Amino acid sequence: MAAPAKTTVDDASSEGTADQRREFDRLIEADMRVEPRDWMPEAYRKTLIRQISQHAHSEIIGMQPEGNWITRAPSLKRKAILMAKVQDEAGHGLYLYSAAQTLGIDRETMFEQLITGAAKYSSIFNYTTPTWADMGSIGWLVDGAAICNQVPLCRASYGPYGRAMTRICKEESFHQRQGFEILLELMRGTDAQKAMAQESVNRWYAPALMMFGPPDEDSPNSQRSMAWKIKRFSNDDLRQRFVDMLVPQAEVLGITLPDPDLKWNEERGHYDFGPLNWDEFYEVLSGRGQANAVRVARRKQAHENGAWVREASRVYADREAAERETTQRMAS
Amino acid sequence: MNHSNHVVSTAITAESIADSSVVAPEAVAQYALGLGDDALVLAHRLGEWIANAPELEEDVALGNIGLDLLGHARSLLTYAGTAWGQSEDDLAYFRGEPEFRSRQLFEQPGGDFAATIARQLIASVYFAELYRALSLSTDPTLAAIAAKAVKEVDYHVDHSVQWLRRLGLGTDLSHERMQRGLDLMWPFVGELFQPDPFATDLDGIAVDPERLRLAFDSLVPRLIVDAGLTVPTMAAAQGGGRIGRHSEALGPMLAEMQVLARAHPGATW
Ligand SMILES: [Fe+2]
Ligand SMILES: [Fe+2]
Repeated sequence: MAAPAKTTVDDASSEGTADQRREFDRLIEADMRVEPRDWMPEAYRKTLIRQISQHAHSEIIGMQPEGNWITRAPSLKRKAILMAKVQDEAGHGLYLYSAAQTLGIDRETMFEQLITGAAKYSSIFNYTTPTWADMGSIGWLVDGAAICNQVPLCRASYGPYGRAMTRICKEESFHQRQGFEILLELMRGTDAQKAMAQESVNRWYAPALMMFGPPDEDSPNSQRSMAWKIKRFSNDDLRQRFVDMLVPQAEVLGITLPDPDLKWNEERGHYDFGPLNWDEFYEVLSGRGQANAVRVARRKQAHENGAWVREASRVYADREAAERETTQRMAS
Repeated sequence: MNHSNHVVSTAITAESIADSSVVAPEAVAQYALGLGDDALVLAHRLGEWIANAPELEEDVALGNIGLDLLGHARSLLTYAGTAWGQSEDDLAYFRGEPEFRSRQLFEQPGGDFAATIARQLIASVYFAELYRALSLSTDPTLAAIAAKAVKEVDYHVDHSVQWLRRLGLGTDLSHERMQRGLDLMWPFVGELFQPDPFATDLDGIAVDPERLRLAFDSLVPRLIVDAGLTVPTMAAAQGGGRIGRHSEALGPMLAEMQVLARAHPGATW
């Protein structure tokens, strides 16, 4: 696929002409959308490719920890909801790969980057799902954090990304509600079920908070993304917003959030919360999580196992197209 | 028999059946149970593909088909359960292998993608004929479930036929695997059309499976030949799924499916 950042002027450098730069700045300034046909700085394009493809990879890898329970879901209703959810995540991956493709990278290349470990995905999915309650925690906390992160992205300056996010966010809010319902049902159930729910939330709470990324002072890239209006709120702002949203929901559930420092701060109008273990975050990020190797290996295997199917599909489609063309030529 | 509360056909779901006051007559419940098991077992098998499919579009497509089948299973099992005061989950999770009545095709492991397509082609054409006939049943609930299902199953047939052609006419390798998939699944075709022991005294209510054979035979072999493949000739396996006789594949599948529910008897989820 050709790079859509077309440079029609003599100055073909990625810096663009003064006019092009001015037009780009005007679009950003006016909160308008940058579309694939528009000129954009190379660094903007690269940042978007990295962010959108990472996001797509996260959706795809995220299918695994939940896919783990489709065959063991404890009721047919939950089985149906879980199947639909994991399938939604595949759909999210598809929308996002398509959005990234408008920036001049193809799906095969992005897949390659994922399975060779060159590209990152959200490290939350390197945690494992040993219990059914983890389906509740992932929905409530992980999809919940994803929504806080992603709702502002619906207004991202790059058009195809913003539009993909609008579709995705609608479904993510269903996911969060379904996760909440799973936990609610457990908390209304037997002692064993309650214990299962609490134990699971204990494991997922802090990793979910870390999904917003490192504290602002340690996150140099996010300043530039905010200036470009790819990102609209800082990591710490989003994290605060998430905690403020969780506390009342945890009360409804009757679940304890595992943070002794969590308390309402009248002055700030927000909940205060304790420090997070960023060493663990960087451990998982650098590949020493519970399941890093397994997740990538599993994706690689599915991709390789399917190679002969995709090849057959391609050969068949090419032949059909050639035959159609011959028929048309003979008819005309 | 009380059908006064039965819901309109387009909206019928397990929930709407459970919320209504409909009670299946004993013989109808026995019949619906077998149909529900067929759909449930195949839905579970398709669920195994999610996150493992050859391309993302197929994760979505196989998931869709599985979800449709799971919907049919839930409606049929819920309806059957009304006769005995049992829920869909009582029936799905707390019956053992010999009590399952699914026909053996549905429990066959998916194997490679071609084997899954072969299984799905046979199943979808069978379901399409079955539900088309069953939508005329004089039992309004069965008719409503079938009328809803038939629209969905027609799409499943399309999906399988497209893949049959792509794999049959694609590369040498895909052709070989598609043929092997058909050969693997073909012994289980015969059983689908054997008499259903629970359908015998239900004139006008149940569908006699033998009636569906002609439509299947006039369609599927032609599709196979059109895809450049050979119609398998291997003999039919003995069958017996309806009376609880299964291949070796069902036991491990149920062990996995039921493990959590059985660890917490009486719990709701
Ligand atoms: Fe998603
Ligand atoms: Fe989600």
